[in-house]
Amino acid sequence: MAEGWKATAAPQGAAVAMRGITKRFPGVVANDNVSFDVAAGEVHALLGENGAGKTTLVNVLTGLYRPDAGEIEIGGRPVELHSPRDAIEAGIGMVHQHFRLVDTLSVADNLLLGSRTGSFVLRRREGAREVERIGEALHMPVAPDAKLWQLSVGEQQRVEIMKAVRSGSQVLILDEPTAVLTPQEARQLFRTLRAMAAAGHSVIVITHKLHEVLDVADRITVLRGGRSIATVARADATPRSLAAMMVGRDVELGRRRRRTGPIGDVVLDVEGLTAAGDRGGDALRNVTLDVRAGEVLGIAGVAGNGQRELAEAVTGLRPCSAGKVSVAGRSLTGGDPRAAIRAGVAHIPEDRLHTGVAPSLSVAANTVLKAYRGRPFSEGPFLRLRRIAARGRDLIERYDVKTPGPETPARRLSGGNLQKVVLAREFSGKPKVLVAAAPTRGLDVGAIETVHAYLRSAAEDGVAVLLLSEDLDEVLTLSDRIAVMYEGAIVGELDADDATVAELGLLMAGGRT
Amino acid sequence: MRIEQRLVERRWLTVAVPLGSLLVALVANGVLLVATDHDPIETYRRLFDAAYLADGALSNTLIAATPLAFTGLAAAVAFRMRLFNIGAEGQLYLGAIGAAGIAIALSGRPTEVQIVAMVLGGAALGAAWGAIPGLLRAFASTNEIITSLMLNYVAALVLNYLIFDSLSYWRDTSATGLVFPQGKPLPEEATWPISTLGSIDIPFGFLLAAAAALVLWVLYTRTRFGFEAQVIGDSPRAARYAGMRTRRKIVAIMCLSGGIAGIGGASQMGDFRHVLDARGLQQANYGYSGIVVAALARTNPFAAVLVAFLLGGLQNAGYTLQSAEFPSGLVGVMQGLILFAVLGGELLVRYRIRFAGSRPRKHAREAAS
Repeated sequence: MAEGWKATAAPQGAAVAMRGITKRFPGVVANDNVSFDVAAGEVHALLGENGAGKTTLVNVLTGLYRPDAGEIEIGGRPVELHSPRDAIEAGIGMVHQHFRLVDTLSVADNLLLGSRTGSFVLRRREGAREVERIGEALHMPVAPDAKLWQLSVGEQQRVEIMKAVRSGSQVLILDEPTAVLTPQEARQLFRTLRAMAAAGHSVIVITHKLHEVLDVADRITVLRGGRSIATVARADATPRSLAAMMVGRDVELGRRRRRTGPIGDVVLDVEGLTAAGDRGGDALRNVTLDVRAGEVLGIAGVAGNGQRELAEAVTGLRPCSAGKVSVAGRSLTGGDPRAAIRAGVAHIPEDRLHTGVAPSLSVAANTVLKAYRGRPFSEGPFLRLRRIAARGRDLIERYDVKTPGPETPARRLSGGNLQKVVLAREFSGKPKVLVAAAPTRGLDVGAIETVHAYLRSAAEDGVAVLLLSEDLDEVLTLSDRIAVMYEGAIVGELDADDATVAELGLLMAGGRT
Repeated sequence: MRIEQRLVERRWLTVAVPLGSLLVALVANGVLLVATDHDPIETYRRLFDAAYLADGALSNTLIAATPLAFTGLAAAVAFRMRLFNIGAEGQLYLGAIGAAGIAIALSGRPTEVQIVAMVLGGAALGAAWGAIPGLLRAFASTNEIITSLMLNYVAALVLNYLIFDSLSYWRDTSATGLVFPQGKPLPEEATWPISTLGSIDIPFGFLLAAAAALVLWVLYTRTRFGFEAQVIGDSPRAARYAGMRTRRKIVAIMCLSGGIAGIGGASQMGDFRHVLDARGLQQANYGYSGIVVAALARTNPFAAVLVAFLLGGLQNAGYTLQSAEFPSGLVGVMQGLILFAVLGGELLVRYRIRFAGSRPRKHAREAAS
């Protein structure tokens, strides 16, 4: 798949050219004079941190936003896109992070659903043939008669791509396409994207994962702070140079954590834990694990394999039907978050905006979300507002939270700063156990670095850290040991020093070693 | 034309919009008055006079405002926690039943004892009535809007049963009372005192409502209870995550809300009606008006008392305005227009209206990502 890389320079007659695109929102310039072009037969990656303006740029291209300045050419002709429909008619297709497919219909029917041939009668057989034809051409076989809900996430994504291709899209945009895939599925996807490019399509991949960019793209455009920083050919790019362009300075990349602190006794002990999921059925099946003081146990797995439920069960948010959780020898009653907090379990929840903080309350109030109950923040039934404000100011300063002030509602903070508030609060409770669920999801490189540093220092201070993450690099970087979850069960446990991505990927896909 | 959420809610709008709405309502009412052959300026002068300026106007306005203050506070307390208690109407009936029953039972006791007992009795029954939707919401995830609303009808039936369909403790069982069903008159001592400020008569209930507003404000801004209520109202998941007992709090807030409405019922008995007036209570719609009060006050307890005072003035003026040339229907339409404009205007505080063709500026909350 390495053959046929395209040249660096923008070829004549680019399939899509965007020039000087500026898009302002109140208080922010999301795109500032961004220029960007894609040739036919090219895979072009749009790389940038969150908030760099990738999504805005693509929303302009798909007709969702109208730019305040700048022009768009498609196939060499200037166009004005007033609506998503205009964009589709101009041959621009989009594969969203959240699929727009009907679960109960077959693959072929889903394909026909998007068609606008105008025929009243469904041509089912034709649909099935189309699925096979496109599947073969693009190296992505899917059974045409299978119902959508029977498919894996990776296969569903293929159906989305098929829909876009079938509707005549010359330009295909994929928004963070690998977020939900196993490494193997991601590789498969990249093969498909290369095949599309070889067939003359243009492919735009939005991502913030460096290694993906280097795997799949011909050229890479880096956005930062709403501006296009550079467009480079893959051959000229290294992970380091790309990261530096994204962040605007040098960053420490994926260096494996060296443990410096000693490892102590078992603090978190989970035995035979079984718990129901939100839709009935067991989301956790007989999970047994332990984490020692000063140790990081990473839980790897494709999203939706019980990680969230495990985090909730350990922190008392989810009742268990069997098994037990104990912290420093004391067993916790299931379904009682307050007991878990008292026992010293800190929790960085997956959903930081609606679980990690109360979004409309002030930053200061959120720093005492768990500590407001006792001294010094309340006395008797009354709150000590001055002390709460002081605590807010103190943590804002110590954790370098960027906020207009302690009275600002938490929802106004960016993801990274919000996560700092959560971290600051959780660490200030002097925890014995820290459950960190997807602690860097959606954060930019700089914030990820900060969060990682705090997690490391927590472990060094003797906290037992349970890290749940879909980001394999993160798990590999931070963990001492790695356990893999698949369909609610632990399917394997490896020492982090011996683990390889291939091995973990196999386990994540349900294969056993 | 499209309606979009504002990215930032501007402070000055929270004052400017209600004033602007009021102006719109006055103009609309002006057109209505001219169309029906009345002098708008003269009518407005009379209206304002009757509500606030004339002799005894303020006293009458306070009489109308007192129950609205209670039901407004009751609704505001619950709305703050995003609990939509629509049941202040029924909770007020129950409060009236409780207070009237106690007043009759304690005949001959001093007024001080009567007041305390009536307030407690009214609060207890109102709270119990509010606890039902609260428990259902907390433990069965039932929608409290529906259950609390339905319980209003049940409360009305209870009220009718006690006065019209049975020889209950509350019913006047004298000879005339048997022919014309009505409540038993409460004893003299159960009449609540009236304070005077200059020429203005202030009902004891109104002072009680003002005190309740202060207590609620302290409760919400200065106590752990209020902090928890705020967190639960803002994000129930965050509350559970922080180890708060959300179910208990839901029940407690519904009891508090019902209890305040219940004191409103007690005030109806002690301050104004002095008899369990089944029909009069039902015609007044205090509970439903309280929802309007809470919405206009944006659940701020002090604002609720102020809004109750303003709406009370409007109601009081309505009674005065009615005459042969000025039918009550017209008064009703005028009041309706004012409320419609003011509540409709609320939309503009949080949303903006964009007309087709204008530039799609400042659009979208999902700004840059």
